[in-house]
Amino acid sequence: MNLRRLWAVVLKELRQMRRDRITLAMIVGIPVMQLVLFGYAINLNVRGLAAGIADQANTAGSRAAVMDLLATGVVAPVVETRTPDELVALLRRGEISVGIAVPPDFEQRKAQGREAVQVMVDGSDTSVQGAAAQLAQMPLDGSARLREAPLASTPPAAPIDVVAFYNPERRSAVNIVPGLIGVILTMTMVLFTGVSIVRERERGNMELLIATPLSRTELMVGKVLPFIAIGLVQTTVILALGLWLFTVPVRGSVLDVYLAAGLLILANLTLGLMISTKAQSQFQAMQMTFFVFLPSILLSGFMFPFAGMPQVVRWLAEVLPLTHFLRLIRGIMLRGAGLAEMWIDVAALLAFTAVMMGAAILRFHKRLD
Amino acid sequence: MNTPAEGELAIRARGLTKRFGALVAVDHVDLAVPRRNVYGFLGPNGSGKSTTIRMLCGLLTPSEGEIDVLGLAIPAQAEALRKRIGYMTQKFSLFEDLTARENLEFLADVQGVPRARAKRRIDELVEQYHFADRQKQLAGTMSGGQKQRLALACAVIDEPELLFLDEPTSAVDPESRRDFWEKLFELADAGTTLLVSTHYMDEAERCHRIAILDRGVLVADGTPAELTAGLAGRTLLVTAEDPRHAQRALVGVEGVLSVAQIGNSLRVLTADDLGDARERVGDALASSGQKAGIDETTPNLEDVFVSATHDGERERAA
Repeated sequence: MNLRRLWAVVLKELRQMRRDRITLAMIVGIPVMQLVLFGYAINLNVRGLAAGIADQANTAGSRAAVMDLLATGVVAPVVETRTPDELVALLRRGEISVGIAVPPDFEQRKAQGREAVQVMVDGSDTSVQGAAAQLAQMPLDGSARLREAPLASTPPAAPIDVVAFYNPERRSAVNIVPGLIGVILTMTMVLFTGVSIVRERERGNMELLIATPLSRTELMVGKVLPFIAIGLVQTTVILALGLWLFTVPVRGSVLDVYLAAGLLILANLTLGLMISTKAQSQFQAMQMTFFVFLPSILLSGFMFPFAGMPQVVRWLAEVLPLTHFLRLIRGIMLRGAGLAEMWIDVAALLAFTAVMMGAAILRFHKRLD
Repeated sequence: MNTPAEGELAIRARGLTKRFGALVAVDHVDLAVPRRNVYGFLGPNGSGKSTTIRMLCGLLTPSEGEIDVLGLAIPAQAEALRKRIGYMTQKFSLFEDLTARENLEFLADVQGVPRARAKRRIDELVEQYHFADRQKQLAGTMSGGQKQRLALACAVIDEPELLFLDEPTSAVDPESRRDFWEKLFELADAGTTLLVSTHYMDEAERCHRIAILDRGVLVADGTPAELTAGLAGRTLLVTAEDPRHAQRALVGVEGVLSVAQIGNSLRVLTADDLGDARERVGDALASSGQKAGIDETTPNLEDVFVSATHDGERERAA
């Protein structure tokens, strides 16, 4: 590898990037937009859930208990019914998200220390379920306890453990922001390099490049290097905003955070290069990027807990760089772990990078046929 | 026809063939390009000029045939060749979002022009190719002629021994074309071998030697003088009162290959194996009631081209 030729490619990429306003806007725009969007929109502090109330006891104590629940602001009463069965029907029709049933023997149950109030929850909506779980933790003037019975949409009478099995774990901004670093890097890094070689082919630059002494490795590495810097800038933007807007903790070392981000950036850039050698047009490169992006978001553990997935899907997820990055970044930022303790995921990312880079270089020919 | 000695050749190809599926783009072409020459590739679009050039510089793998360029076996030694050649693609292939100077700098780095020399060389080219006031202009915003000049400047940045130019002037106005050819001859005088493809006859006439390609087949090659001399006595100039009427009368007459109107006269190319073609032309004109004068005229490259491609057609039909 000739360093001067390598630098020539890097310099060219940087100069082109500087003049490409859309790419420049994407570098900072995407992290800011997604962070604000996801950080605020995916919010588990749900308020104003439509609630139905069936107070069969109708004593001073039961009314006070219901008022306590309403005072949290999490639920807002929309309808009152006479029996819990009517609440179930309303839930099924989707007219209410939460049903609060107070049995006729409320005072007696309270005195005996048994469950005194039942909160029925529409378990088909995970955030509602999460909110109701908060309700359930609320003390009812000392001895009274609430029993939570999530009502899954299918089957309606599913036992609680089954419902929990397929329902995502509770999340919050603290959990989402570290993951967002990974999601944003996956999207932008794969896309940037994914279109880069195809674009040169489309514009006719490639015929000039392959007729020069520039080697395949110099071209590939030269295209990847500038984006490592871009990726680290994005990481910084997300971290800073996460800290400022959502007070996300960084319990481990900041250096480890950047090292982990660097590993993911490399893995994604080389994946993008691989896509670039395969795609015939920028549009195809875009399609292939989303083909990788969607499973990354859904299977990596960003959206749904990894533990709940079938074994085959887990194997598939192990191939995705984002899966390993999420384990690293959550470990570092939230649990204060060090990179060395999670060396398996570090090794997985390095292996992915090496395989993709090798494949991209081998697949790229300095020939037109 | 004199064939140049082997040692003096920059390019030697034997039986060069390229198939794309069922299509034979280049069909057993033999080439000999002498050093320090401007060698023209003449042919209509789709005749295999670009494919041949791409095979010669190692960008396409030939289906058959042997290539020797600057003493290197191609495509096996293509990588070594890339340091010694310049290649100007048919489509503008420089970076439109880089400035003129940035493009030159990039190619100087990539071609490995020694750093100390690179700046001097770029300044020299900027001066020579009239970019002094456009160094900071983005290549994409330049006119067709400026783009071609820049592409040429980039192709010669490392002073290559051999320069491939694929239809360099197809999108350029006549004045820019003339300037561009001046530059090509300056390069040839300085010792560079140039292989230029074109579909302009006037450009072909300026080449030291030309090869005519028609549907992938080499139908003629030699110096323009040799090629036109081969047609001596076969071109007639017919002056008629009503040239269009006369043209209709001549089309289809046995032994007449082509009739082209040039102003008020007709240029008629006759087949070589019909010695009495001139008589037949006279008869055909007389029988259509046309008064016309028939004179012999000097053949030009267009006649060579028409004759050569016509021969090709006849062979294919046989």
